[in-house]
Amino acid sequence: MTTQTAPAPNGSGQQASRAPRSHDAGPGNAVEARGIVKHFGATKALDGVDLTVRQGTVLGVLGPNGAGKTTLIRILSTLLKPDAGTAVVGGYDVLRQPRQLRRTIGLTGQYASVDELLSGSENLYLIGRLLDLPAKQAKARAAELLERFSLTEAAGRPAKTYSGGMRRRLDLAASMIGRPRVLYLDEPTTGLDPRTRNEVWEEVQRMVADGATVLLTTQYMEEAEQLATDLTVIDRGQVIANGSVDGLKQQVGGRTLQVRPSHPAELPAMAACLAERGISATVTDTGLLAVPITDDAQLTVVIGVLGGRGFGIAGIDTAVPSLDEVFLALTGRPTAPQTAEEAVR
Amino acid sequence: MSTATTVPGAEFADRRIGLTDHLRHIGALTRRNLMRIKADPESMFDALLMPIIFTLLFVYVFGGAISGTQGAYKQWLIPGLLGTTGMNLAMAVGTGLNADLKTGVMDRFRTLPIGRASVLIGKVVAEACRGLVAYTVLIAFSLVIGLQLKTGITGVLAAVALSLVFGMSLVWISMLLGLTLDNAQAVQGIGMLVLMPLQFGSSIFAPPSTMPGWLRAFTRYNPLSNLADACRHLINGGPVAHSVTMVLLWSVAITAVTAPLAVARFRKVT
Ligand SMILES: Nc1ncnc2c1ncn2[C@@H]1O[C@H](COP(=O)(O)OP(=O)(O)OP(=O)(O)O)[C@@H](O)[C@H]1O
Ligand SMILES: [Mg+2]
Repeated sequence: MTTQTAPAPNGSGQQASRAPRSHDAGPGNAVEARGIVKHFGATKALDGVDLTVRQGTVLGVLGPNGAGKTTLIRILSTLLKPDAGTAVVGGYDVLRQPRQLRRTIGLTGQYASVDELLSGSENLYLIGRLLDLPAKQAKARAAELLERFSLTEAAGRPAKTYSGGMRRRLDLAASMIGRPRVLYLDEPTTGLDPRTRNEVWEEVQRMVADGATVLLTTQYMEEAEQLATDLTVIDRGQVIANGSVDGLKQQVGGRTLQVRPSHPAELPAMAACLAERGISATVTDTGLLAVPITDDAQLTVVIGVLGGRGFGIAGIDTAVPSLDEVFLALTGRPTAPQTAEEAVR
Repeated sequence: MSTATTVPGAEFADRRIGLTDHLRHIGALTRRNLMRIKADPESMFDALLMPIIFTLLFVYVFGGAISGTQGAYKQWLIPGLLGTTGMNLAMAVGTGLNADLKTGVMDRFRTLPIGRASVLIGKVVAEACRGLVAYTVLIAFSLVIGLQLKTGITGVLAAVALSLVFGMSLVWISMLLGLTLDNAQAVQGIGMLVLMPLQFGSSIFAPPSTMPGWLRAFTRYNPLSNLADACRHLINGGPVAHSVTMVLLWSVAITAVTAPLAVARFRKVT
């Protein structure tokens, strides 16, 4: 995952703060799961998972393929019954009060669940009606959400004519119709282009600004960093790390600045020059200078030092640790036996 | 949305869904299913085109040979085909359910605070609406090609009602297939595989008296023969007590056996 280092134009509208809302309903937890177990035959999809989402915050559940993320979300949204354990969402027990619970949640599953034959607006209207909105309100709410997700133009077309990203957005809109207090998003941006991904992120942040609690699963550290306040990392059905995003970043290392030199031959000299200033830098196999950084000011310093010495710079990038690297740092072993992408440092 | 009324943990009982809510949910889901039919008019062909093609083919190609005159054969064939319309409609319930399960739409419904039976009832009601169109078109078509309603309108309506009753009992089998099989094509395929021999091995197309003994035995116990006989007698006049009773008994028996299985399966997968 790499992002441009150009000063991020963060000012696109009101950017929601990632901090918990000040008018939080007390110290309450919106989602609390204890000892969740779910086995499918011999597969231990979940093997005693504890998880807590504080009211008004975003919890990122990070894990590789098959970690159990979807299974967890399905249990927390009453689609699946746990073999053992308890979970309370918005004050309602998943097993004893499923109907109440369903009124407080919205779910965007990993795979789109829209009716392909119906138009975008009909899809949303139907869900509004099933959520007991009066017909007029259901129409208005559908139009509002279509607008927000840039689907107004396609609103009248059957969903089967939508692109993958449009379906995803429609699915997200569908989960927001009832203004759920708790929103589950299962890999909401997998397969989306960067523009659409940003749209989804903004919408999630807006929901949080409006007071919703979000539980999202992802395979991308970058997404977790963008949206989440806290992180729970799971692997093979077990929680392997848990804490605030910042805390975990400390644990696994923050971003890495990657500098592409104009003259690769100068790489060792560049590294030496930074070392003089007490900045540790390494040369990667791919011919880049990798510098771990913890805040934006360091970026300026590094570039300044290199520029000051007259080294030519052909390009810069910052990389957030990939899921592989996070896993390596947390567990000492890679996520999958196959090709672990060459670690930057 | 009434979110403010609940104090977390204050009540352990789950909230009930009121009758008017159920009705609204069923209405919304029925509307959805009707819109699906409208968006996919080809699905209407199954209910309409098959009986019409059968009618044309058999009346004009084989009719003279089977019954001596086409007129007599129309009175034989068409009531039976009309009777099977309910059956064809029932099969669509299973394919529809299967499609919803496979596309994840059912998951979406299941995260909503609605009764799960509403999804099913919405399907059945929509199929009944489709049936209304199908019966109307088929009867109109039959009248155009010269079917005589010897017992008047009441006879036809009684035949339609019987066809619907029998169709309702097959909804459960269709559900069971739809909830068990892999995809909608398989549901349709298996449906055809079972229904085709049942249709041809019955008294719908030809009087069993000309068939070999083993086949005649089969037709005698085939509920579709009872259904065809009943509809024929209801429309042409004739003794209806035995055949109608048999159709009703079959309907009850099929429902008694398959409904609990279908409901259990429905509970399990949804
Ligand atoms: N219905 C099921 N039947 C059998 N095994 C299942 C079922 N659902 C999930 N599993 C297994 O449980 C494990 C966890 O699956 P899950 O879908 O929760 O993972 P995930 O973290 O969502 O993965 P991904 O990132 O690929 O979506 C996997 O090994 C999967 O094969
Ligand atoms: Mg998943």
